[in-house]
Amino acid sequence: MWKDLLLRLCALFFRRQMDEELKEELQFHLEMQERKNRGRDLDPAKAKRQARLQFGSLVSAAEECREERGISFVEILVKDARFALRMLRKSPGFTAVAVVTLVVAIGANAVVFGVLNGLVLRPLNVPEAESLYGTEYGVDTGFQSYPNYLDLRDRNRSFVDLAAFNFAFVGLDTGKDPSRASGFATSGNYFDVLRIQPYLGRFFHSTDEHGPNSTPYLVLSYAYWHSRFQDDRGVVGRTVQLNKHPFTIVGVAPPGFRGTLLFVSADFFMPIVNQEQVNGEKLLEARGNTHGIFETFGHLKPGVTPAQAVADVKAVGAYLEKTYPKEFGQKSFSLGHVGLTSFDHAVRAFMAGLMLLAGLILLAACANLGSLFAARAADRSREVALRLALGSSPMRILRQLLTEAVLISLAGGAAGLLGSVALLRRLSIWQPFPGAPIHVPVEPDARVYGVALVLALVSGFLFGIVPVRQVLRTDPYQIIKSGSMGAVGRRITVRDLLLAVQIAICAVLVTSSMVAVRGLVRSLHGNFGFEPRKAMLVSTNLTTAGYSADKVPTMQKRLIAAMETIPGAERVGLVNDYPPLVYGAGSRASVFKEETRDLRPSNVAAMPYRYDISPEYFDAAGTALLAGRDFTWYDDKNAPAVAIVNQEFAGKIFGSEANAVGRYYRMQDGARVQVVGVVENGKYLSVTEEQQPAMFLPFLQSPSSQAYLVVRSTRNPQQLVAAIRSQLRELDAGLPADIDTWNNLLDVVLFPSRVATVSLGVLGAMGAMLSITGIFGMAAYSVSKRLKELGIRMALGAQRKEVLQAALGRAFKLLAFGSAAGLLLGILAGRVLALIVYQATPRDPLVLAGVVVAMLLLGLLATWIPAQRALSINPMILLREE
Amino acid sequence: MAPAPSRLDLLQGTLDLLILRALRAGAMHGWAVSERIQQISEDVLQVNQGSLYPALHRLEHRAWIKAEWGISELGRRARFYSLTAAGRKQLEIESANWGKLSEAIARVLRMA
Repeated sequence: MWKDLLLRLCALFFRRQMDEELKEELQFHLEMQERKNRGRDLDPAKAKRQARLQFGSLVSAAEECREERGISFVEILVKDARFALRMLRKSPGFTAVAVVTLVVAIGANAVVFGVLNGLVLRPLNVPEAESLYGTEYGVDTGFQSYPNYLDLRDRNRSFVDLAAFNFAFVGLDTGKDPSRASGFATSGNYFDVLRIQPYLGRFFHSTDEHGPNSTPYLVLSYAYWHSRFQDDRGVVGRTVQLNKHPFTIVGVAPPGFRGTLLFVSADFFMPIVNQEQVNGEKLLEARGNTHGIFETFGHLKPGVTPAQAVADVKAVGAYLEKTYPKEFGQKSFSLGHVGLTSFDHAVRAFMAGLMLLAGLILLAACANLGSLFAARAADRSREVALRLALGSSPMRILRQLLTEAVLISLAGGAAGLLGSVALLRRLSIWQPFPGAPIHVPVEPDARVYGVALVLALVSGFLFGIVPVRQVLRTDPYQIIKSGSMGAVGRRITVRDLLLAVQIAICAVLVTSSMVAVRGLVRSLHGNFGFEPRKAMLVSTNLTTAGYSADKVPTMQKRLIAAMETIPGAERVGLVNDYPPLVYGAGSRASVFKEETRDLRPSNVAAMPYRYDISPEYFDAAGTALLAGRDFTWYDDKNAPAVAIVNQEFAGKIFGSEANAVGRYYRMQDGARVQVVGVVENGKYLSVTEEQQPAMFLPFLQSPSSQAYLVVRSTRNPQQLVAAIRSQLRELDAGLPADIDTWNNLLDVVLFPSRVATVSLGVLGAMGAMLSITGIFGMAAYSVSKRLKELGIRMALGAQRKEVLQAALGRAFKLLAFGSAAGLLLGILAGRVLALIVYQATPRDPLVLAGVVVAMLLLGLLATWIPAQRALSINPMILLREE
Repeated sequence: MAPAPSRLDLLQGTLDLLILRALRAGAMHGWAVSERIQQISEDVLQVNQGSLYPALHRLEHRAWIKAEWGISELGRRARFYSLTAAGRKQLEIESANWGKLSEAIARVLRMA
């Protein structure tokens, strides 16, 4: 096979030499024959003649030899390619339009596929990633407790081994400059499960774990080692302080490995058994908590299917639910892709939607080019007819046309791929949020190149094949007789159909991008339930500065008091963990109605988001208190448990807002909590969520060292940064803090919708562009074909309006028809869009009107030049020409 | 002599066999092959020289024979063909087939 190909290639490149050799060989034969003939007493001239006669046709023998060598296929290809290049050079406008269209279409597909490849198909840079699965717990997050993980690890029968990790945000002190770092607290078997080897030193293993806080080891990521330790190979064995606890650096992870979470790059890896030292919480024993583990994962055993594994982990879940009915929430296990669990489905749905739209773009481009090629083939019907008449086979002509199409598609594909590779490279080094270790790993690989190539070839064949029927039907006699004027058909041609299809596809794209933009605008102007403008957020983790237990609330009180002294700081509040809509973080709790005695998961009345807040937090956040009272500094551990709930919570548990104040409900542990106030509804985890219940508890009743201060100012909040810093330094110089505006942090949460909107917007713009070129091509072609007819009409006294109608009526009819079909399809596709974009409803009258107007404008724009040309016809000149 | 297609097919297959057989004696150039076939068959079989070379190239393409440039007995550059291992095997197979075929035909003719 390979040898054959090689021979063919040699045959191609050494064709001339082989021809020479063949000639020499045959010549030698003739001479030998001639010699022999002379031996039979023939005179030289006669001997030579006789030899030629005996041999037969030299040329056809040589041709047959070439045939036998099988070089003809490649040779024809090269000839076709040369001819195609000549033809394309003769019509640079056509070539440019076709190539640019393909660059856009194939580029878009390559980019979308590159992202799909990076995020979904090739999620992690570890060996045998395809058998690596994560377990998902519950519906919205992967969070679960450490004891649950241990049970899952020991009781499942599907995984070779199960590893787990959690986030660890720490202050890392090398002795010189304490600064914040973010990494993973991992189970001891983490690296062994991943089957990766250290770049430097060693990893820690499960054998290193000997109970809580027993393993003060640290593994650095390659990137962090590079940036923070300047590639110092002597760092192995050195001791650094993590939240004031000594940890020994034992190794450095390999360069390509950035942790097991797709969008987050970890600075370091520490054993999860030491998590208490950095989080300040005893997470290893509490079964009921939901933030001991972020994700668990492992390789499936050989022969175990994902479906079997799901059944297996569900069985473990059922066991846990039965054994620990109080602590184990009403959630179930399933499997997901490592690094993507908890947003696996969203990412997949989004990418699938995007890929679909990109595919539509390519289809529209093919329809566009198909009609261009059909028009071109019609223009060349004379040439084709001539060639047919001269004895060329239709197959040969088709091959020639296809070669032309594939050449264009390869050129467009190559350029589109180059552009998309550049874009993907940019994307993968892009850090959308300077403060957060978030990145989008979409480095293009061989698969992306392959897909782009295949797409280019397939689309080349697709649009190249459009004029086939037309060519095969060609009757050379008729065409040469009637000249280039050929009958202008009145019936619906393939070209018309293609154009209508293309316009319909473009209308779908335009519809979807409009829907996306509308959705985003709505979500941005929606009510968040707080006022992010003019609010600064100060993130502190007192554990990183060595505070513990009772010292935490005292210090937090002092922090609030200190902030209040800053001129321009109007109100100051505090919220434990994260404020609403920051980093998409939030925790839910199960609550029960007061009369419920049996606190089993099936009796849960609601699962509200829980926020622990200081008095005046609502004022600082700008959340309206609708009924009842705010918390006071007396709502502490000695006071009865109280709560403030949002409208949704009040309605769900107590039937109405008015009813809520003064009533009681129960927490998971059975404690009765009295509702003292009701606040307005808001958004908590993401702007796209349905309205969720929320409860606010006094932070003094459940202190946490990780908290955000909310500082509302009367001035531009940026001006407060310096003052806030100096106040912090005065209180404790060793306390690291991140200061940012609430609006900036909202960007993180809005990021997905923004990305969605931008991508849909870009695809919509591409669709619009394609429909312009399509309509333009069709209108320009029909005007040029009918110049003579239009000239006669004008000479006979047709008015401008009639000329335009004759020239462009058809294009407009197609536009109207295609747009209507596209709009209809767009509305039908609304369900798909709703998956991708928040509040997407294509039934929105504004969107409908927008699409119609947009398509009309596109049509006008695209027919403008052909219309001008039709109107500027000078009948006299035109008629004299022929 | 305008050969009927069926006869041409037969000749083609036969020609391949004859060429392979002729080359068993050692490397030789195209003209020598045709001469040798005539010689052995005592001038009964006339090789159509126009189809000899395509056949040689076909056999070379199938890797049954290989070609090298060498110097002919008269001091001229010529293309010498020789059997490859695969060609030897093919020759055995085809000879056996041919034997069976001719025997069968002879038997049929005898019966009739």
